[in-house]
Amino acid sequence: MNGAFQVRTTPTSWFRTAGNRLLDAAPLLISLALAFLIASGLLLALNVSPIDGFSSMLQGAFGSENTIAETLVKATPMLLVAIGICISFRGGMINVGGEGQMIAGAVAGITVALSLSTTPPIVAVPLSILAGFVAGALYGGLAGWLKAFFNVNEILSTIMLNAIAVQMMNYLLNGPLLDPTEVGVNHVPKTARIAEQLQIARLSIPLPEGVAELFSLQNAELFARTRLHWGLILAIVLAVLAYLLLWRTTIGYRIRAVGENERAAKYAGIRVRWNMVLAMMFAGGFAGLAGVVQVLGLQYRLQTDGSAMGFTANAGFNGIVVALFGGLNPLGAIPASIFFGGLLVGAQKMQRDLGVPAALITSINGMIVIFAVSSEYFRAMIARRRALGGGSMPGTQAVESRPKLPENPPDVIGQATL
Amino acid sequence: MNILESLGTVFTASVAAATLRLATPYLFAAIGETFGQRSGLLNLGVDGIMLMGAFFAFYAVYATGSLLLGLAAALLIGALLGLAMAFISVTLKAKQGVSGIGLYLFGLGMSELLFQTLVGTPKSVEGFPPIYIPGLSDIQFLGIGQIFFSQNILVYLAFLSVPISAFIFNRTNFGLKIRAVGQNPAAADAMDVSVTRIRYATQIIGGMMAGLAGASLSIALLDVFQQNLTNGMGFIAVALVYFGRWKPLGVMLGALLFSFVNALQLQISAVGIQIPPEFSTMAPYVITIIALVFAGKQSERPTALTVPFQRGE
Repeated sequence: MNGAFQVRTTPTSWFRTAGNRLLDAAPLLISLALAFLIASGLLLALNVSPIDGFSSMLQGAFGSENTIAETLVKATPMLLVAIGICISFRGGMINVGGEGQMIAGAVAGITVALSLSTTPPIVAVPLSILAGFVAGALYGGLAGWLKAFFNVNEILSTIMLNAIAVQMMNYLLNGPLLDPTEVGVNHVPKTARIAEQLQIARLSIPLPEGVAELFSLQNAELFARTRLHWGLILAIVLAVLAYLLLWRTTIGYRIRAVGENERAAKYAGIRVRWNMVLAMMFAGGFAGLAGVVQVLGLQYRLQTDGSAMGFTANAGFNGIVVALFGGLNPLGAIPASIFFGGLLVGAQKMQRDLGVPAALITSINGMIVIFAVSSEYFRAMIARRRALGGGSMPGTQAVESRPKLPENPPDVIGQATL
Repeated sequence: MNILESLGTVFTASVAAATLRLATPYLFAAIGETFGQRSGLLNLGVDGIMLMGAFFAFYAVYATGSLLLGLAAALLIGALLGLAMAFISVTLKAKQGVSGIGLYLFGLGMSELLFQTLVGTPKSVEGFPPIYIPGLSDIQFLGIGQIFFSQNILVYLAFLSVPISAFIFNRTNFGLKIRAVGQNPAAADAMDVSVTRIRYATQIIGGMMAGLAGASLSIALLDVFQQNLTNGMGFIAVALVYFGRWKPLGVMLGALLFSFVNALQLQISAVGIQIPPEFSTMAPYVITIIALVFAGKQSERPTALTVPFQRGE
């Protein structure tokens, strides 16, 4: 299978590719610009100068060592969810169940972590994380199974499963998993705190001599005394692996083939139903990881205010925005998650400084999604123009022996079909 | 308490009355969504439009005290958002599932932003009062008066929309065109029916009804607005369209089943029956998934649902 694509490259191909990539990315950048234009209008309507607003956000997001760390802390769960979204959307499955899958992962992960509190961390931590992945995968796979075998629209089923997961969490945190010291009528629904040695370690970067002074940092290690943890590194490594999975393995090839053209995939002998379930299992698994990493790396216990948002901070939905903005490519999702993490952290500062409600960001996120999927129209139009112009594009020409699938991620938004 | 007695305390006239009241937002939103889906458009942003409609209705009443202005504001913002959705789905041919999620996030954020800016703290307004239909509202027998003849006007309107929409789909030229566009847009186009115009129309109708659905929450049922007031009702409304197999009567039965479970759950906790409240809250969602499994064959599903129309393909 690895020999399916032999790419013949001409010396100038990298230049062409870079140019094509830039053109492909243009609609995304334009949609971002449009969203910010509208946001500026809103800020003006709120009697806030857009320049003040955005500079306050920028400062709040990247202004100091601590705010950068907070941005990365916010980016971590969104990136993990987004990796899964990339896989499922590429497989033609619109997974909007990130919230529920995160909760499933968090509940399973903390249950394992609490019961293994005396086990050596080298065993207990990976097991807890694995439990989170598996629980999320099963929960996501359930929606995939319902779609593949009962033709239940996965968007609707995942929305319902989100609501079910929240209630399940509320039930467990008020009963079986309730912190033993909290039992009583007016208890706060939360689990016990996990043992210290099972917490995912904080992440700090040792700096060479003199650098800390240069940037007038307080500590010799970058990000010391911030909440940044190793979950970020885990997420970035997994993003690379997911990229390789999607574009360098048969598993990924099959998932994408099903997503691009179900019928063609079927005729090519690919098991369509199984690959639908698999795509959803990956999506759920990564969201589950986001949930368990949030618990083991940041909160150290699971607590509920009764809503999904109280635990996930909307990361299950924002992960979709990140994935779309990253071009449905796990590698693109890395910078996208940091960007949107900065947006969220920056919005809090803007709310403190200028009294602009942070809900502004939610509506901007919505607009970015809309613009991003709408821009596909213009991208297709540009592509048609280029094709009609007869400009032979001697960049990369695949010598095909298989159904045509692009070797490189085509940076197409919303490739997934419903 | 034996089982029969406890059943008696649960299935009361007030539960039945609450069922009809709670069905109202689902009905408005789901009937509106039926229009769009019958013409081949899936609008997953219903919840976002509902939130915006709920806020605008609430704010109009809060600022002016006029309930009619409240309804007008909800209809207007609903129509605008429906128009926007039509532009995105029909003209720009964007993927409908994802763009709907975008519209939802937009409505969720924007309604909260406007609320915090214009109102700030939670306040309640004087909403639509119940209308007691003379003579009929006093019927004591089986609580019929309380159940059917003492509701606010939006409840009556919501149930009225069922036969009206069924009539439109089955007995009017417009309805025939909607169905044609949803089943076979190319054939409809060949018959000189403008696919674009019909789909714009259904989407605007759907948006207006979603706006009404929001208003029925914020100025009739609850008389307040708060962040995420709908709590996902719009998504359930979309599911109800599948559940009802794209027929207004089926959609109504689904909405009633759903609101009945909701009403029952309130009553169960009121009479102190020991079921963890989380399970009764969960029940409607589980039922919806099971219902979707049975609706799964979907032979009545509009063939062109979610497929953008491109002439000459």
